[in-house]
Amino acid sequence: MRKISTEQVTEAVAKLCMDANYYIPEDVRRRIEEMRDAEESPVGKEILRQILENQEIAAEEKMPLCQDTGFTVVYAEIGQEVHFDGDIKEAISKGVAKGYTDGYLRKSILIDPLKRSPNSGDNTPPVIWFDLVPGDKVKITIAPKGGGSENMSRTKMLRPSDGVEGFKNFVVQSVVEAGGNPCPPVIVGVGVGGTFDKCAFLAKKALLRNIGERNKDPFYAEIEEELLERINKSGVGPMGLGGRTTALEVFIEQYPLHIATFPAAVNLNCHAARHKEIVI
Amino acid sequence: MAEYKLTTPLSEDDVRKLRVGDAVFLSGVVYTARDSAHKRLVEMLKRGEELPFDLEGSVIYYVGPAPAPPGKPIGSAGPTTSYRMDAYSPTLIANGQRGMIGKGARGDEVVEAMKKYGAVYFAATGGAAALIAKSIKEAEVIAFPELMSEAVRKLVVEDFPVIVAQDSYGGNMFKEGIEKYKID
Repeated sequence: MRKISTEQVTEAVAKLCMDANYYIPEDVRRRIEEMRDAEESPVGKEILRQILENQEIAAEEKMPLCQDTGFTVVYAEIGQEVHFDGDIKEAISKGVAKGYTDGYLRKSILIDPLKRSPNSGDNTPPVIWFDLVPGDKVKITIAPKGGGSENMSRTKMLRPSDGVEGFKNFVVQSVVEAGGNPCPPVIVGVGVGGTFDKCAFLAKKALLRNIGERNKDPFYAEIEEELLERINKSGVGPMGLGGRTTALEVFIEQYPLHIATFPAAVNLNCHAARHKEIVI
Repeated sequence: MAEYKLTTPLSEDDVRKLRVGDAVFLSGVVYTARDSAHKRLVEMLKRGEELPFDLEGSVIYYVGPAPAPPGKPIGSAGPTTSYRMDAYSPTLIANGQRGMIGKGARGDEVVEAMKKYGAVYFAATGGAAALIAKSIKEAEVIAFPELMSEAVRKLVVEDFPVIVAQDSYGGNMFKEGIEKYKID
């Protein structure tokens, strides 16, 4: 057994929360640059220019890329041979509170969903997904998720008879009908198969993939490329004001399904596609 | 597409000359309000109470800023999605509001009020929050501090870059822009 202190986890999570909110991943920045160069709409080009300038200012001044520093989604892969000296859930939550307080990040979490109050004051609780894996390491990924793009996400129980075309149309429609609301250019996370909940989880997890990283199955990889092309022909454009740049990527994650079902989910991420990971 | 420098409060003439696609650099006082604050403002109007700021010619920015780091007037401050304010905006426009800043399209009820009373909807770049913060020179909470990031703030802005997304004649860049760049 390898012992890991929960204090170390708290410190790591706090730093990840800050870094994820200040620094855009390099692959995302490069893709936005390429798409700015190709954008035909003058307004669209100017918006992409502002997005890139914003990334520079955020990094230089250690300010969050977006004021909506999100719901803190945490993926924790725990090696089976790891032993923690305390409560790992509490350690992660403490790290979120510390990161959001020390890092001047916005606290956006309301404790009671129906009363819509009070604000928890430190952006806790996070949403934590644990996974057990072989080995003696711990991998923690922080992905702050903004509300604007989350609101435009969908889960649908398609009918098996809807077929591959029905699935493709569902994904494209979800992005096009969202218009400017989710802050395009977006990253489109798609889950297909599994159960109602598993499918939505896959759509969110897909957002962690690196730009350009295709699905390992060539059949799905081809659909990803086709959907990206269709979405970028829609004309929605940067911030929905018209243009060629609507999505930076489409990522599909699939899972086996029940003979009677055909669940599909689309989770949109704005262009501030934030995520940061550490291996302890 | 023209370019304008405008200072708040806005007059009906200021608003009526603006057309979809125009670039505007806004200066002067802008007030912040999101869903919760809008709900309260509309309830106050219904009860006949005095609002925390003068609506006449006002511009409201839909933003819940990040906390101000030391030495800065405000933290990152980009727009939030505007449709959530659609239920409240017509009442505020009928009572003198002239401008709204946010992201994403507005519904028909807001468009009708904009046409009738003379108001304009500006789009700011969502997610360009650190960049926009640079054009905000002063920020002060003037109402509902318990709403934290959603409190009403009085901002003093200088050359805040926005685009006329929906004008006072029913012009809608979300529709026109998409039609223009759509490939069948």
